[in-house]
Amino acid sequence: MNGALLTVKNLKVVFHTYRGTVHALDHVNFTVLKNERFGIIGETGCGKSVTSLAIMRLIEQPGEIVEGEIIFDGKDLVKTQENALNTIRGREISMIFQEPLSSLNPVMKVGFQIGESIARIKNTSIKACKNDIAEVLRAVDLDPDRVANLYPHELSGGMAQRIMIAMALSSKPKLLIADEPTSALDVTIQAQIMNLLDDLVSKMNNTVILITHDLGVAAQFCDKIMIMYAGTAVEQAKTEELFANPLHPYTKGLLKAIPRVGNRDRLTGIPGSVPDLVNPPSGCRFHPRCPNAMKICSSQKPALMEINPGHLVACHLYGDENG
Amino acid sequence: MKMDEILIEIQNLKKYFPLKRGIFSKGLYVHAVDDVSIQIPPRRIFSIVGESGSGKTTFGRTILRLIEPTSGKIIYKGRNIMNLNQKEMMTFRKKMQIVFQDPYNSLHPRRLVKDIIGEGLSIHEKISSGQILERVKEILKKVGLNEDHMFRYPHEFSGGQRQRIAMARALILNPEFIVLDEPTSALDVSVQATIVDLLIELKNTFSLTYLFITHNLAVVDYISDFVAVMYLGQIVEMGSKDDIFNSPSHPYTYALLSAIPDPDPKKKRSRTIPRGEIPSAVNPPEGCRFHPRCPYAKEICKRSEPEIVEVSKGHLVKCHFPLR
Repeated sequence: MNGALLTVKNLKVVFHTYRGTVHALDHVNFTVLKNERFGIIGETGCGKSVTSLAIMRLIEQPGEIVEGEIIFDGKDLVKTQENALNTIRGREISMIFQEPLSSLNPVMKVGFQIGESIARIKNTSIKACKNDIAEVLRAVDLDPDRVANLYPHELSGGMAQRIMIAMALSSKPKLLIADEPTSALDVTIQAQIMNLLDDLVSKMNNTVILITHDLGVAAQFCDKIMIMYAGTAVEQAKTEELFANPLHPYTKGLLKAIPRVGNRDRLTGIPGSVPDLVNPPSGCRFHPRCPNAMKICSSQKPALMEINPGHLVACHLYGDENG
Repeated sequence: MKMDEILIEIQNLKKYFPLKRGIFSKGLYVHAVDDVSIQIPPRRIFSIVGESGSGKTTFGRTILRLIEPTSGKIIYKGRNIMNLNQKEMMTFRKKMQIVFQDPYNSLHPRRLVKDIIGEGLSIHEKISSGQILERVKEILKKVGLNEDHMFRYPHEFSGGQRQRIAMARALILNPEFIVLDEPTSALDVSVQATIVDLLIELKNTFSLTYLFITHNLAVVDYISDFVAVMYLGQIVEMGSKDDIFNSPSHPYTYALLSAIPDPDPKKKRSRTIPRGEIPSAVNPPEGCRFHPRCPYAKEICKRSEPEIVEVSKGHLVKCHFPLR
């Protein structure tokens, strides 16, 4: 059996803004096993990106991790010193962002930028990495002779994302965090990139956290999915189980709201909109929009409970009377 | 289709944007829309689907003459609006409205909602501000907002509510035809579904005709009557919704459909995805514009541009070897 690579316990992140404190993450718990593809899904403002930044310890002022543990490979990253983190970032944990073009330095050639990250890990000069650069570019189906000499503005979105993937995987990280890697891309390019990621990750046995708002992308890629809403984790299950048997009213609502090709049944949206996290709703944060809301929902936050083996949900509908 | 069954007809519409290089360099053009013809029957939803750079947004704006076309005809109820002067165009503008993609940029941040929605009325109709307020109140209810919202600013609204305001602004002049340019693309799925349903409901209440521009095929399948697929400034396939989704004939349409990730983990994603990316519209490929990415491309596709053929009644395909 695979052990846990990453365990997030009671993670709480706030941002101090002039409007007040934004409660971005409220006691989030999850575990990612080795070699697992873990999806974090949610809509705008649900805290999925903040979760990934917290894992990388990239939450900066005015944000703050106020509570919780992030245990990666036996170490608690929340307590790790900044200089020790630099041996983890980019080496053991790599990240791919949504906007590949804004993640690249516009005034340096692509080959040099890839070389920089490889040289740092290998502790050599960029010149000495020439073969490595060519190898990583070939791995993402790009022609090294041509692409290495291009500047970022000469790349298309799809090529730029391939380069980000190449850089992220060049250190053979234990954990790869992909934050909306295809959201800025067209569908045909999205399909190319997801196929590529699929192949590379299978070959290299990386553990992946895929963050996306697209249930389709997650359904095709992930082994396990966690659904987030307004800074809380509401449901977690194996992908097949989650789609076949969604438990949380928010998950059910989301699944009914996605239009699918070939399915012309009436769509039902979720009334209302995502709450302001300066003043999040009391109790369950979904209760103002929930079709099944009960009295207890507005007063008490539901705990995450295991309903079926491996299927966790935070909802009073499934709890005993005491919550 | 008979003439009287068509609200708006576009004939051979072209829009080339000049690229300014240097004084001595030859004129280069972005072929944003290149010879597009469509017919939209009244009270129907006609969708234009395409990826970024396909020219779908330029096409939508050119129809309303928000961008002047390079050539072509736009025939609205039998009248070519290309020949109209500014004053005559004014009266047509009342009938044709547009809703933009990004509700965060398309509403003036420092104006009250009542002024944003009522502005069209104060331009086109000689009525008092009291009457304008009444009309604004009325239309707000129709789009699912209420009159308290009139005296607020756009930043107080969520994305979905803003798109409702944009819809109210378009509807207040009682238009017949609305161009919807990616109206739900900036919204979250749970909100998108409510807006899509609102659009359908408003279309039925006000007997509207929509040109729906989007990259989201799933929404197209849900909402449309007719669909045209654009690639590099041209329509490559057009037909009824069933034609496009049940028997796609152009390899590009087929590729688009197979590239959508299915939100069902049991249906595994297709691994046959076209290679490469959309080429530049400055120098579109010779012959069929899709040939460099097409898995079925033959010699002829590189040399000659395919004619538009009718594979079944009303189902048009621009391909040398349409799929059956």
